[in-house]
Amino acid sequence: MEIVMSVLVGFLFMAAVYLMLSKSLLRIIIGTAVLSHGAHLLLLTMGGFGGTKPPVVAYGVTEAEYADPLPQALILTAIVISFAVTSFFLVLAYRAYQELGTDNVNLMRGTEDYD
Amino acid sequence: MTPVYFIFLPLIFALFVPLLFKKLPQLHTGWFVLAAPVILAIYYASFIPASMHGETVISSFSWIPSLDIAISSYLDGLSLLFSLLITGIGALVVLYSIFYLDKNREQLHNFYVYLLMFMSAMLGVVQSDHLISLYFFWELTSISSFLLIGYWYTRDRSRFGAMKSMLITVFGGLMMLGGFILLYVMGGTYSIRELIVLAPELAVHDFFLWSLILILLGAFTKSAQFPFYIWLPDAMEAPTPVSAYLHSATMVKAGLYLVARFTPIFAVSSVWVWLVTGIGLLTMTWASFFALRQRDLKGILAFSTVSQLGLIMSLLGVAAVAFHVEDAAGTVFKYASFAAIFHLINHATFKGSLFMVTGIIDHETGTRDIRKLGGLMSVMPISFTLAVIGSLSMAGLPPFNGFLSKEMFFSAMLSLTEFDVFSFDTWGILFPVIAWIGSVFTFIYSFYFVFNTFAGDYKPDLLPKRANEAPIGMLISPAVLAALVVILFFIPNLLAEWFIKPAVIAIQPFLYESPEQVDIHVAAWHGWYSTELYMTLGVYLVGGLMYWQLHKWQKIYNVFSDTYSLNGLYDAMIYFSDAGMNRLSRLYMTGFIRSYLVYMFGFLVLITLGTLAITDAFALDFTGTSPIRAYEVIIGLVLVAGTITILMAKSRLTAIIALGAVGYTVALFFVIFRAPDLALTQLVIETISVALFLLAFYHLPQLSRHEERMPFRIGNALIAAGVGVTMALVAFSAHSQKSIESISEYYKETVYSEAAGGNIVNVILVDYRGFDTLFEITVLGIAAIAIISMIRLRLTRKENPHEK
Repeated sequence: MEIVMSVLVGFLFMAAVYLMLSKSLLRIIIGTAVLSHGAHLLLLTMGGFGGTKPPVVAYGVTEAEYADPLPQALILTAIVISFAVTSFFLVLAYRAYQELGTDNVNLMRGTEDYD
Repeated sequence: MTPVYFIFLPLIFALFVPLLFKKLPQLHTGWFVLAAPVILAIYYASFIPASMHGETVISSFSWIPSLDIAISSYLDGLSLLFSLLITGIGALVVLYSIFYLDKNREQLHNFYVYLLMFMSAMLGVVQSDHLISLYFFWELTSISSFLLIGYWYTRDRSRFGAMKSMLITVFGGLMMLGGFILLYVMGGTYSIRELIVLAPELAVHDFFLWSLILILLGAFTKSAQFPFYIWLPDAMEAPTPVSAYLHSATMVKAGLYLVARFTPIFAVSSVWVWLVTGIGLLTMTWASFFALRQRDLKGILAFSTVSQLGLIMSLLGVAAVAFHVEDAAGTVFKYASFAAIFHLINHATFKGSLFMVTGIIDHETGTRDIRKLGGLMSVMPISFTLAVIGSLSMAGLPPFNGFLSKEMFFSAMLSLTEFDVFSFDTWGILFPVIAWIGSVFTFIYSFYFVFNTFAGDYKPDLLPKRANEAPIGMLISPAVLAALVVILFFIPNLLAEWFIKPAVIAIQPFLYESPEQVDIHVAAWHGWYSTELYMTLGVYLVGGLMYWQLHKWQKIYNVFSDTYSLNGLYDAMIYFSDAGMNRLSRLYMTGFIRSYLVYMFGFLVLITLGTLAITDAFALDFTGTSPIRAYEVIIGLVLVAGTITILMAKSRLTAIIALGAVGYTVALFFVIFRAPDLALTQLVIETISVALFLLAFYHLPQLSRHEERMPFRIGNALIAAGVGVTMALVAFSAHSQKSIESISEYYKETVYSEAAGGNIVNVILVDYRGFDTLFEITVLGIAAIAIISMIRLRLTRKENPHEK
């Protein structure tokens, strides 16, 4: 399953990069969101899917049966941070649109003779 | 007080110059400044008796002891000679400048501070025994020269000349620093004296040749050798006292000093001999030829300086040949370093006086254009006399000192034809021939300089001012120098005893051990049977004839275009580095986010795949993987479908909703991979995110009109595929090559006993690794504050001073 998940992660990265290369600001932000999904899944995959039980102490469960808790903690942190960044980006894009009247990043270059 | 502290005496004087200039406006500041070189000249003169017997004085103080860097003063014959030149001519130049520069119109405090700074720096260069402090003072001469050339900074030409000389000499200085560092790497010491002792070991080292070439680059740029001489004619924009001092007598000889000082180390190499001799001769002939093209008196003198420096340089090259000859003390090679030092002194005297005379002409007539000048002989008889003495000495006529050095120059060049190492026996004949041609042109431009200015018709209507003889004070310095020119002709052997022989043993320690052993006797007359005599007579004859017909053939100089010259090359280089580099950076700094992302992703793929390939790190191993189950595959397919929908979506709303679908699918993955906390968080956050997306774009109604499917672009797709494949490959390899066990076993074992908790993930977040959480909270807080301020804070464009 880890190999399949790796392929899936690669696919998410591909889609994310493709979106980030477009010229619409909204698509770029969507791309970053997809990229963080890919990164989170990659973290989870690299930890391995060895355990059969969630990492919560329970009766009758041996330690070997727990899923690896460390990647989960890392992902949890990453989710919150990427959420913060994404919402900031969104508001930034929103304000940029309000001020500049466009969401095409190719038009957001400043003037040609600006040095 | 040891000699090393005297290097800084001019700098100490410089501290008081601005104060005096402001507080005592009635006194010309130069009178105060004059004391510094006079004191120093007297001080250094007191070392002459000791130096005549080959005694040296070394003194130093530590500057950066931990790096073994010290400021040192090593006074042997060579550095004493240079120190006396610097202070002696320095005193004359300061005296001259007192009458040349008007105390009411000029910013004298700047001038004298720069000049004193230069004097200290130059003394430091010639006295340093330590490579790093030598470099330090070397660059200080470049900087003070830059300041002096740009003294009239409101003129464009001054700034251009200052910039050019700065760029070229600093380039050479940096190369030289490289050479010094290599010397240190090879020898393990910064001391030049110790390096000379180590010379045989250095010669076989791999870095030897590099160090040689780099140090020569430094010497050639500073001494204006081919092809680096181009800065010197442009440096003539400096006030004339500066040209006389820096650009004829002292700074341009720093390169010669460097070559002379390092000859004992590098003479063993044939590259050194060829380069120094060859470039020197080429420079001499080239510059003497182009001197006749000049119309500006200072331009002629600049090219003549370049030419004479080339002459001295070539003699230093021949001095290195003596190292390779058995029993060299019995051959004529021993003359070379003697002749080099002798001509160096002679050149300082006559060129200094010629520059000062030029300054007088400029000062009294208002022009330096040789086409406007003429017939000044009767108007300015004293200046004329001084100019004749200087010029005829430069041309090599008796009874002036230039004659003696020219004879010795021919002897040294002729000796190369008899030398059969480095295939000099084949090419050696070229050296005296080129030297002879150079001397013919030297003869012509010397006559051109003096007679086209002072003889011929007086053209008062062309002159901006009515010509007058200069005030007496201005004539003192050139008169002293001109007197030296004549005196040195009659007492060359006394000069030799005092200055030249002690300097020669510093250059050729492999020949002599003490100044008494230098058995060279200068004579003006070699007898009827010397080749030198006929060469000299030939120079006079051919030179005289060519000068007589100069007006006929001088037109050939118009053939040489300004565009296709070394100056043109320099200008093109400056233009390229300015405009060309600007264009280059505009080429890749497009301003499009896409371009930068393409660079980043492109290099990510290249570097990662390259590393995978080079280290042979790719691996695919299915052992230890968990089984593939049906619902995992189904959720995976949903994820793929959601992602494709984002890519293909026509409207942004579809894309946002598809993104939400992808997020919920990821949450489902968290569920089936036994991560309940993740699943909870992911669900909540995905909901809020989608709501935010929708909220943000609900307010942008115009967007719907432009909405369209994202056009497919093959370039983007290739890069995206590259990144995706790279990540997948990295994931395979990382997963297949697990090396150590997870640390998680410790968390699982101790979560209850140590941390009193059941949910291992939560305990990790708040207990084992609580700091992560603290700062993740901070990130959220910052984001919230930033969003609020972005929405609430409305600085209009008018309030922002940067916008128009």
